[in-house]
Amino acid sequence: MYRNKTPNRKKIMIIFVVICLVSLLLMGRLVYLMIFRSEYYGQKAENLHERERDIKAARGKIYDANGVLLASNRTVCMVSVIHSQIEEPERVIEVLTKELEISEETARKRVEKVSSIERVKTNVPKETGDRIREYGLAGVKVDEDYKRYYPYDSLASKVLGFTGGDNQGIVGLEVIYDQYLQGTNGKILTLTDAKGVEIENAGETRLEPVDGNNLTISLDYNIQMYAQQAALKVMQEKQADSVSLIVMNPQNGEIMAMVNVPEFNLNSPYELNFETTEEYDSEEKQNLLNQMWRNPCLNDTYEPGSTFKIITASAALEEGVVKLTDNFSCPGYKIVEDRKIRCHKTAGHGAETFVDGIKNSCNPVFIEVGLRLGADKFYDYFKQFGLLSKTNIDLPGEAATIMHAKENIGQVELATISFGQSFQITPIQLATTVSSLINGGTRVTPHFGVEVKNPEGKVVETFAYEQKEGTVSKETSATLRGLLEKVVSEGSGNKASIAGFSIGGKTATSQTLPRSDHKYISSFLGFSPADDPQVLALVVIRNPQGVYYGGTIAAPVVKSVFENILPYLGIERGEFEEDNGEEQ
Amino acid sequence: MRNKPAKRQERTNRYFDYTLLFIIIFLVCFGLVMLYSTSAYKAQAEYGDGTYFLKKQVFATVLGFSAMFIISRIDYHFWMRFAGLAYIVAFGLCVVVIFKGAESHGQSRWIKLGPLSFQPSEFAKIAVILFLATMISKMPKKMAKFKNIIRVFVTLVPILVPVAYTNLSTAVIIAGIAIALTFVASPKYKHFVALAAFAIAGGSLFIMTAGYRAERIEIWLNPEEHEKGFQTMQGLYAIGSGGFFGKGLGESMQKLGFVPEAQNDMIFSIICEELGLFGAICVILLFLLMIWRFMVIANNAPDLFGALLVVGIMAHIAIQVILNIAVVTNSMPNTGITLPLISYGGTSVSFLLAELGLAFSVSRGIKLEG
Repeated sequence: MYRNKTPNRKKIMIIFVVICLVSLLLMGRLVYLMIFRSEYYGQKAENLHERERDIKAARGKIYDANGVLLASNRTVCMVSVIHSQIEEPERVIEVLTKELEISEETARKRVEKVSSIERVKTNVPKETGDRIREYGLAGVKVDEDYKRYYPYDSLASKVLGFTGGDNQGIVGLEVIYDQYLQGTNGKILTLTDAKGVEIENAGETRLEPVDGNNLTISLDYNIQMYAQQAALKVMQEKQADSVSLIVMNPQNGEIMAMVNVPEFNLNSPYELNFETTEEYDSEEKQNLLNQMWRNPCLNDTYEPGSTFKIITASAALEEGVVKLTDNFSCPGYKIVEDRKIRCHKTAGHGAETFVDGIKNSCNPVFIEVGLRLGADKFYDYFKQFGLLSKTNIDLPGEAATIMHAKENIGQVELATISFGQSFQITPIQLATTVSSLINGGTRVTPHFGVEVKNPEGKVVETFAYEQKEGTVSKETSATLRGLLEKVVSEGSGNKASIAGFSIGGKTATSQTLPRSDHKYISSFLGFSPADDPQVLALVVIRNPQGVYYGGTIAAPVVKSVFENILPYLGIERGEFEEDNGEEQ
Repeated sequence: MRNKPAKRQERTNRYFDYTLLFIIIFLVCFGLVMLYSTSAYKAQAEYGDGTYFLKKQVFATVLGFSAMFIISRIDYHFWMRFAGLAYIVAFGLCVVVIFKGAESHGQSRWIKLGPLSFQPSEFAKIAVILFLATMISKMPKKMAKFKNIIRVFVTLVPILVPVAYTNLSTAVIIAGIAIALTFVASPKYKHFVALAAFAIAGGSLFIMTAGYRAERIEIWLNPEEHEKGFQTMQGLYAIGSGGFFGKGLGESMQKLGFVPEAQNDMIFSIICEELGLFGAICVILLFLLMIWRFMVIANNAPDLFGALLVVGIMAHIAIQVILNIAVVTNSMPNTGITLPLISYGGTSVSFLLAELGLAFSVSRGIKLEG
């Protein structure tokens, strides 16, 4: 037998050393994996083991000023599949395809995806969810979820707005007050094995959902309904493109109604609000939808026309460049520099006082007044009245005033501005500015949001809005109210007068650009009681057919609204003279 | 112990390596605990009995310890005469398994014998160790010639072919054992440099020629992106989530069906997850300690045959441990190799313990001086 010799031992030693070195390398690899990469792999492993199920929080409700529910929630279902628990994939695909009305391809993709839980469809009607549950298919989960629901479908659609699939506000108040309305979803975290079976005693972590807070807004369901009826009526009668109607409290800026017909159905906001046989591609459709969702009261600007004479008159009275008794003469036009600017009454109003001028809505009178003011002064008053800044209404996407730059205002521009042309403002800007001029000079912030209550009914936050005193003196404000009352009782706004109520107002008829289209915007702004305004209404009728004069078609709209809401608002009938107005 | 002469036999004081015995007992017991921890979930899910795998493994372990005890009492030279027979039997069994083997995981590696199943490749390893040790110890001088080293390898070809057919990793282990034995027996180094170069070139060619092997390389390099990197990634998740001290015994999440075959090849990843870096390094150190004992026994073996037997065992265990841990940590492409004494596998643990009995037998041959 051969001996085990020294060279053999040396070689055995070499083998041992090699083994030790390789082991050391492997230990190094382990240190790298378990210390430096530990967090990465650990997190990945945890994601694999943890199944997270949301417990949905209900979104806060929206109530009107009297507690009428305007936006609520409805229980819907969310259907998910747990890949590892599915026993009959083909059957699951078949059932999901049939019940959820999704393509087989989509269902297959969801079912065959290897993940701990895969969402198939949300916002499934409860009945469908119940039906799917009844199949008793392994690996198919039906969880309850909430969907926004608007009991009055299209009421104040462009004001309230709607929410998306994840219950997040998309347009309107739902966006602005999203942070209050959004609840905090709860969560159930469970550990599962590879089959998706929850592990007992693994310590389920449960986070309770917190429901969203409820919002109370100043909008009044009844007033909104009256306003909507009146707006719809005139839109149909005059075959107008659209009609906007704002009813607000000029004392504090609370908006009681904001109608924009045609409205759209908030419960199906992705359906166009008109009949069409045309096929749109997705981009066209999206554009049309965006158009439909716009709130023209604040998203769009227009030339205010004669209603703007209220502002011109206020500035002139405040500055003292005109007295009520000043005499003017209207030959039917006024020549400014090289332009001949016409009055709407081509024959001319003849000799008249300033009071007559406003009653007649006479352009040459206001051109004269505007020229007396001068561009600098006029511009300063715009600023003082708040016309050049936004109203800061609590709705998204307010458009800014489009006004000439001060240095570009020549005599002609000054003349056209005086009677409300050659610049654009939003309807809400006009309503707000006039509010501040007739309420004694307090610039208010138009708004809907009043207060936020938690689900238990406790007030969490009461909103306060900026008010700026002294936009105009109390005397000027009083004078203005008197003038505007005369417009309704004796002048161009007489079709808005209601027996027993004192109403102030101003009509307007403006032509849209380009002038060659011969399209008009007919509007009327009215308030009541004339000596202490509690309610102000502005109606804007876009592209009416046939007669388009504001005094003829817009004033009666405000009249019909006021007839209904003045008694409702508790504004008493007075015992004063108003007989002149009705007969004129 | 070594310095204390025993009272009865003063001249030929027989040595027994108790250190090695304790390491083995510790590793086997540790292995059973880890096996139970790892396999209980699957055993419960598939057989309704959490101890299903544990029971089978305990049975094989008892069988193995008995074999170890008996073999350790027999003079290892006794086996020399069976070397050729063992080789032929092993070859025969490896061929039989190809045609008559029981299917498992798409590969037939088992032969059914009534209630028992038996994996011939495990027997093949021990047969090759015995065969090569016998063959080389009869011609130690000739090992200096490269031609004869080649001849040793050529004699192995008949068994390598059927083994490689069913179980490539076992073939790699057998080849590794052969290299270790010839390396120790030969006084030269240059031959082995040439051999290594040849092995690398051959290996690369081997990988390039088959699509599925190249795919394994891709998985290895990019387990996260590769669609078949699932097993590797699950192992890495387990290892990574262990951290320094681990989640605690029995607390592994990955064993709950995430790591495929957690009780087999991937058991080390669960050890990492439950016992952390600390536990993992302890296991590696235990194996190194064991290999160190083999080196001591081999160096003091009474003759070259005994030394070669122990070197074979040492190479066998070292290769398996290193390859297993390298695969689990994604340090090399995936191949199915179990962790000796710890992974589930009755044949493996029985034959390993019997093989270790041989090492003890050699250690008893050591004559202590003094």
